[in-house]
Amino acid sequence: MPNNDKNLHTLSVYVANKPGVLARVAQVFARRGFNIESLVVSPAVDGNFSRMTIGLSGDPSGLDQIIMQLSKLVDVLSCFDHSSDTAVMKEMGLIKIAVDAEDRPEALQIIEHFGCKTVDLTPTSIVVQIVGDPAKIDAFEEMIQKFNIIEIVRTGKVVMSRGEGMT
Amino acid sequence: MSNIEMEGGQAIVRCLENEGVEYIFGYSGGAAIPIFDALVTTSTKIKFVLVRHEQGATHMADGYARATGKPAVVLVTSGPGATNTLTGIMTAHMDSVPMIVLTGQSVSWMLGKDAFQEADIYGMAMPVVKHSYLLKKPNDIPHTIREAFHIATTGRPGPVLIDIPKDVSGGHCDIDLHAEMDIPGYKDVPAPDHDTILEIAEAISKSKRPLILAGHGVGISGADESLLQLAEKVCIPVTNTLLGKGVFPETHALALGMLGMHGTAYANKAICECDLLLNIGSRFDDRIIGQAGMFCKDAVKIHVDVDASEFGKMIVPDIACVGDAKAVLDELIKHVPVLDTHDWLKKLDGYKKKYPLKFIRQGSLKMQHIIDEMYKLSNGKAVTVTDVGQHQMWAAQFYRIDERNNFLSSGGAGTMGYGLPAAIGAQFGRPDDLVVAFIGDGGFQMTQFELATAALHKLPIKIVVLNNHYLGMVRQWQELFYEDRTSGVDLEGNPDFVKLAEAYGIKGFNIRRPGDVKRILQSALDYTDGPCLINCEVEKTDNVFPMIPAGAAVEDMLIEPPKHKMEKPTGST
Ligand SMILES: Cc1ncc(C[n+]2csc(CCOP(=O)(O)OP(=O)(O)O)c2C)c(N)n1
Ligand SMILES: [Mg+2]
Repeated sequence: MPNNDKNLHTLSVYVANKPGVLARVAQVFARRGFNIESLVVSPAVDGNFSRMTIGLSGDPSGLDQIIMQLSKLVDVLSCFDHSSDTAVMKEMGLIKIAVDAEDRPEALQIIEHFGCKTVDLTPTSIVVQIVGDPAKIDAFEEMIQKFNIIEIVRTGKVVMSRGEGMT
Repeated sequence: MSNIEMEGGQAIVRCLENEGVEYIFGYSGGAAIPIFDALVTTSTKIKFVLVRHEQGATHMADGYARATGKPAVVLVTSGPGATNTLTGIMTAHMDSVPMIVLTGQSVSWMLGKDAFQEADIYGMAMPVVKHSYLLKKPNDIPHTIREAFHIATTGRPGPVLIDIPKDVSGGHCDIDLHAEMDIPGYKDVPAPDHDTILEIAEAISKSKRPLILAGHGVGISGADESLLQLAEKVCIPVTNTLLGKGVFPETHALALGMLGMHGTAYANKAICECDLLLNIGSRFDDRIIGQAGMFCKDAVKIHVDVDASEFGKMIVPDIACVGDAKAVLDELIKHVPVLDTHDWLKKLDGYKKKYPLKFIRQGSLKMQHIIDEMYKLSNGKAVTVTDVGQHQMWAAQFYRIDERNNFLSSGGAGTMGYGLPAAIGAQFGRPDDLVVAFIGDGGFQMTQFELATAALHKLPIKIVVLNNHYLGMVRQWQELFYEDRTSGVDLEGNPDFVKLAEAYGIKGFNIRRPGDVKRILQSALDYTDGPCLINCEVEKTDNVFPMIPAGAAVEDMLIEPPKHKMEKPTGST
């Protein structure tokens, strides 16, 4: 889903799987006032390479510069901006809420509505696993706010181009 | 190829030999001993030059590379030895100069444990290198060195650092010295796009007042001949950047000389009045564009660069062409028409006559006088090296350069202390050519210890110290923009530079009066027994003009000293 805030961007960077790559990539953003909102790094099909999916915030007029500066790094093979395209974009979150027996039915109802999974349940707490596009996770967070949220951990989004297009 | 067994340090030396390395500039230390040892045990022909400070080594390698077009190597130890190279690496990086920096490092298993003389130079240098490595095992040496040279010298050149733990350089390896490179992310320079070339040719054919802006990229790519052919065929005038001095003969009828903050008035006027600007191999540095939004506002702007990330960084071009300058020019020349630029050239000639670079020879001794006289006595043929400050700008104005690789100056970084070591490196690289260094009294004292290196190797450099007893360029800003409140610029306490030179066994001369300039410079040029230093006691409070205040539009150029009070400049420096 394309995001609407024009200061938010999603880059997919295909890099050599070598030490120091992340530091080099991070420096490109820091120097130019971009903030990394989320970052996912995982090995590619060919284990010599990794895929970074980076959620960023910063002035859109500087984005082309950022992409060119990244592409220039010796360890970067390619860099694409998926901010406004229709790539599949997913994220997972784990949310721990404090819920006692009295509140539990309502909490479970919301969890079920969002198609989430309860992955841990104790007399006083629930850990919920939610998978979806980042907006869905935001919406769930919003709904569950009425309970006491103890912790939230989100993986950060990963993207993949649809069809046979390359990410 | 078959594998051979040797020590890591020996493999390093053999690999450097394979890359054709002639000189290593460096300074020893514990963590680098295995490599220094290998210089002996391999009986290599590579010559090692022991400098007096690691910064000096980097500027020497830089000077060598700029003067010859070939990379040189810097070899230092870990910790402070490594951190002392940072200024020189940054200087080379800003000006796209190829350089290989080998730093010794503590043993691998002590990294991150504050071992003696451990510094994370790999991390510290990251923002100022084109690429860098931290070696993990001796068998990685051959492909890493191959890659380092390839990366440093191709595309847009730059410094590459290899950090070498002592267990790697002292370890045992069993290797093929001609290992394959493994840099899949390193992009080769694409051939110029044909349609873009046609588009550029078309734009040129419609222009009435075209102008070429030639930068360092022309020199790096060896496109000077091609540029000359293009300019002469179409009849386009050419202005050049500071680092572009020599890529187009500055004495040519079509040449306008350097543009920018302290460029010629006619070059800057041409920038304001052209209807098409063809920038080849310049990155539109802020010191040439002034206020970006105002720069060449109504002209069609064409940008040719080997580095695509330069497009739109400062100036958004109407046509951008990524490619090697020579490849682009050689293709473009086939498609450009001969233009009738007679009126335009006549107008520019009018500006040349109306606003020539000038100075007064009488009265107090002027830096310009020294530079101009040296220009004449050396027939404009010297490899000219500068430091940073007023003298640098006057050298750029008055020492016109006709050939590439003949003007060496720290442009992007503006590193004081660059001049003397860079001149030493240049003289090593070009032993048969005259090397003249124009250096301010401030910058000279930042690396003056390299007099020892120059003396030891009997390098016949002419070290011209333009001594105004001030950090002149800063004083000029304070005078013009801060109501002459001088602060932190008086160099009281300068030593007697001639005596200092003599202490190193270097011949010294003093010039104090305009009437002596020619005679003494001639004696200095005639002196052949090693380096000589010419201390010139010049006017203390002279100012460089023309000047475009930092951040101001090119239109706001001051050709003469201003009569009114100036606002503080909006640009940084
Ligand atoms: C390492 C370093 N420190 C400070 C500066 C700032 N700076 C630029 S020009 C200049 C004055 C240089 O004085 P000098 O070497 O005497 O040359 P002059 O301007 O007098 O010709 C200074 C301090 C610099 N460029 N480099
Ligand atoms: Mg001075």
